[in-house]
Amino acid sequence: MSRPEHLAPPEIFYNDDEARKYTQNSRMINIQLEMAERCMELLMLPEDEPCLLLDLGCGSGLSGSVAEDSGHIWFGMDISDSMLKVAKEREVEGDLLLGDIGDGVPFQPGTFDGAYSVSTLQWLCNADKSSHKPAKRLYTLFSTLLACLGRNARAVFQFYPENVHQTDLVVSQARKAGFFGGLLVDFPDSTKAKKYFLVLMTGGAMPMPPALGTENTQINYTSKREKMTKGRATKLVKKSREWILEKKERRRRQGRTTREDTKYTGRSRSGRF
Amino acid sequence: MKLLTHNLLSSKCLKGVKVGYPLRIVAKDVKISESEFNKEFVKKIIPKLDWKVFVNAAVQVRSTYDCTNVVTQEFNLYQSTTILTGFTKCLFFLFQIGHGNDLSDELIDDYEDDEEYLKKVHHLLMEVEIINGELICPETERVFPISSGIPNLLLNENEVS
Repeated sequence: MSRPEHLAPPEIFYNDDEARKYTQNSRMINIQLEMAERCMELLMLPEDEPCLLLDLGCGSGLSGSVAEDSGHIWFGMDISDSMLKVAKEREVEGDLLLGDIGDGVPFQPGTFDGAYSVSTLQWLCNADKSSHKPAKRLYTLFSTLLACLGRNARAVFQFYPENVHQTDLVVSQARKAGFFGGLLVDFPDSTKAKKYFLVLMTGGAMPMPPALGTENTQINYTSKREKMTKGRATKLVKKSREWILEKKERRRRQGRTTREDTKYTGRSRSGRF
Repeated sequence: MKLLTHNLLSSKCLKGVKVGYPLRIVAKDVKISESEFNKEFVKKIIPKLDWKVFVNAAVQVRSTYDCTNVVTQEFNLYQSTTILTGFTKCLFFLFQIGHGNDLSDELIDDYEDDEEYLKKVHHLLMEVEIINGELICPETERVFPISSGIPNLLLNENEVS
């Protein structure tokens, strides 16, 4: 499958035709909404409290409507004029800005309670102009984002990395900028449902939220040795009754003639013999 | 663009700009769009605002707003219907405070319990929208045009820091 970021830079790729798809194509809309909902979940915002969120690469504001539904106020940033026009037509609640997130996020310190982004980050991994350096642009994004996030706020990016180098690049730049957290892969065993989320945290390393679709994928592996000793904890004491009984049992299994077990088996002789 | 956004936005992405705040507003068209009053949010956002910048912006925008036709139309509507919906009430209110003597330069202390005050702040923050105009960086005088309500913050290659 061809990747849109190989075809043209985002401000050109998302033209009026492409933007219209995001209001008409129900499949695309559903995918976007689903991923935005998962992002919201991963943001772990305080319940019953309206928050101010930043939508990076908001496009036509589909992901913003998910934020609206949960009662949050959002700002959206996007590089495509056409997409923002569609968002305006849809009369989204959030305020929209035309800007390149690779040049940084120009907000006052501590503004947002969270930031999220749906299918945007992979665009930054490409150099569309001679002046573009992906690593530098990612670092600028992450460092300015960190500055405008409030305390204990999170940032969640859903993105489509092309290869392992891109995930490495993105994660390393986020860490360099001072974020904690890392990559979360939902449904790692499915080619279709597999989704990458970069979950970034401020103010201390917290445990990563669990990924979806990973419950039953671990193989129950027990080494041979573990399996052997599972029945009994320790080796039997030599010359004890149990040891003798087991030895006789083994001989019987091997088909060798063995005296039957009686109450005298394994009993030591009295001194009178 | 809402005044809330203006209050939180800076131009520090420009090369050589240290603070880039507050951006100067040149408003050409201003529109009032209704938005649901969210008391909790207004309460939460007030401490984050730069109050002086907010009041200045409100005064600046109001002067443009008074001249636009939209207002007179709405006002006529208000007069003809005489039903005080929340929206027209708000508009009328804006008219009354039109010359900046109601929203003081200093934030009042007990704003959390004063619902009327919160509603007023909400109206100015969330409902007043600049449709056409300009934002100007205070340090470099770089102009960011606002068209159809969307400020254009795209930078040229030589402006990226």
